[in-house]
Amino acid sequence: MFKGDFIQNLPKIYGTYTGGFIVFIILMALAEQAGVSAKNIGVMFVAFTVLIYALIGYLSRTIQVDAYYVAGRQVPTVFNGMATAADWMSGASFVALAGGVYFGGYTYMAFLVGWTGGYVLVATLMAPYLRKFGCYTVPDFIGTRYGGNAVRAASVFVLFIASFTYVTAQINATGTIASRALGIPFEAGVWVGLISILICSMLGGMRAVTWTQVAQYIVLIIAYLIPVFWISSNVGGGIFPHLMLGDEVARLGELEQQFGLVKNSAADMKAAGVPGGLKYISGTHSGVPEGGMAVWKYLSLAICMMVGTASLPHILMRYFTTPTVRAARKSVAWSLFFIFLLYSSAPMLATLSKLALMDPNLPTGIIGKSISEVQSIEWVQRWSEVKQVFIADFNGDGILQLNEWFMRGDVVVLATPEVAGLPFVISGLVFAGGMAAAMSTADGLVLAISNALSHDIYYKIINPKAETAKRLLVARTLLVIIGAAGAYIASFRLTSILGSVAWAFDFAMSGLFFPLVLGVWWKRATREGAIAGILAGIISGTLYLTWVFPKFSVPIWGGVNTPFLGIDHLRFGLIGAPICLVVMVVVSLMTKEPSPATQKLVDDTRIPTGKAILGKQH
Amino acid sequence: MSNKDAYWNKTKNHMIVTLVLWAFFSLVIFMFGSELNTMSFLGYPLAYYMTAQGSLLAFVIILFWTANKQEKIDEEHGFSEREDD
Repeated sequence: MFKGDFIQNLPKIYGTYTGGFIVFIILMALAEQAGVSAKNIGVMFVAFTVLIYALIGYLSRTIQVDAYYVAGRQVPTVFNGMATAADWMSGASFVALAGGVYFGGYTYMAFLVGWTGGYVLVATLMAPYLRKFGCYTVPDFIGTRYGGNAVRAASVFVLFIASFTYVTAQINATGTIASRALGIPFEAGVWVGLISILICSMLGGMRAVTWTQVAQYIVLIIAYLIPVFWISSNVGGGIFPHLMLGDEVARLGELEQQFGLVKNSAADMKAAGVPGGLKYISGTHSGVPEGGMAVWKYLSLAICMMVGTASLPHILMRYFTTPTVRAARKSVAWSLFFIFLLYSSAPMLATLSKLALMDPNLPTGIIGKSISEVQSIEWVQRWSEVKQVFIADFNGDGILQLNEWFMRGDVVVLATPEVAGLPFVISGLVFAGGMAAAMSTADGLVLAISNALSHDIYYKIINPKAETAKRLLVARTLLVIIGAAGAYIASFRLTSILGSVAWAFDFAMSGLFFPLVLGVWWKRATREGAIAGILAGIISGTLYLTWVFPKFSVPIWGGVNTPFLGIDHLRFGLIGAPICLVVMVVVSLMTKEPSPATQKLVDDTRIPTGKAILGKQH
Repeated sequence: MSNKDAYWNKTKNHMIVTLVLWAFFSLVIFMFGSELNTMSFLGYPLAYYMTAQGSLLAFVIILFWTANKQEKIDEEHGFSEREDD
């Protein structure tokens, strides 16, 4: 059922699916009216959507290598765009992005520019050429272009570090959402999440992940946009917030002046017992911080996220699945369009949410009211119980000041519907959206890692004679092992020591960006240069991370170090990538130029027509 | 110069133009964030608007434009793929 026919029917199939999902939302709304409890609605939302993904995963099962690795290279442009958008937008994007803007304002939004601008690099420097090459994995390109097992293994090593850093955070997010929606302990939630993820990917590899990611995109975008538009019209922001919040942004500036932006001392917060992870507003929403260093901080973060985006294997491999080179280019544009729909809405949600809480003229406003009054509000009580919000009366005047209100960033997405008076069915929908976002990214990452290990390490290096059945068995076994390892680490909540998801971008840019770009754009790049560059980049980047990140630098280097030129732990790729480039160029020029065969291979990669470098089955 | 070389030269130039546009919307305008914020667009301070929405939209437009332009270069040099490829 997944041959030609299926591809032609895709718009109809997903159209029906979208319609069915909307009917389901309406049914849930009716159930809420009929008195079904909020908790059961949450359970039904998550269970129903996960079952659908599992069904798609099962229907997409395959025993063919090219279907398993690259979905048979028949994913149409627009659908690949949706799948990439789901692959890209993680649980963190879904629940934490608006919270980041809420607390960080303009400065934080360097992430938005970074996480979208990177796609221009993907489209111009990488995607079409990797598609023409015909590789199954990113290390497959590096291994074939430069030749040899050492460079292949080195690139798998970087891929593993970058993707694994990312995947534990995703499994952690799946566990958090599953545990909240289903009312089970976090540890159980992690394993429920893992099983859902594996069902979607194990039987059908890339093919199954593609079609579930499209389904997940549809759920997550509906779940994000409906509340934003609804909240906006409820709090008087207008029906189309993206174009109509100018006055609200200006009003926030006035309110910041009126309440004053105060920084709390760490000692005060400790004495008041503010739970970890909760934040308060201490910076402006739309104001640009003054000074050269502030500009550099913004730009350096955007650069790291953009270059990292263009180096992340789980994103690049999505463009291996299109039918043509031309489709790969267009598909990048569609991907960014679908990402834009969510990313441009996050700042609007943050603005609305902030205004709803800060504006004393609105019935939802809490800042400036008496603390006892605020504490009697129902949603404040509910979220205080689970330590997601907190009030500390520092000046003891009984009035809630801006710096006395603490909140976890996720609350912006998870609680604003409630604050703005939307029915609970919307909160259930948001849970389903968060689950879809976390699952789709986790699937892509687990698959990227296990495909690199099974194709590049097992098949290309250890056992090149392995038959198809054995290759796929190894691929699936590794998938389960990688997923279980991620869930195991996530279940111990060790993610705090694994650090931020931003690290995945820095690792990837340190070790993969220049070997990929120069592989296409510089014929003179040699194998020795690539090996030296990959290793120098990833090692220097990692060493710098340990030097600059206090949790590592104290035990390893014996103290806290001041970041060099403001390059902190979120930006260590700015050390790794330039070192990778310099080492790669110098060593390439010192070694013999690549053979005529390799140069011809690069020539062939550069033009869209003609045979792929690597055959259909390899 | 062979057709392939001519094609690659054009592709390279097109890549550079695309990256200049990219750098403008991702880096250059944010070097002047505080100056831009004194102006306004749709009622938003301009730098805020660009980082929240404007640059993101610019990237989407750049990507569709660049893909179409590259397709034209492909056609000119006879490297356009058939639909059934």
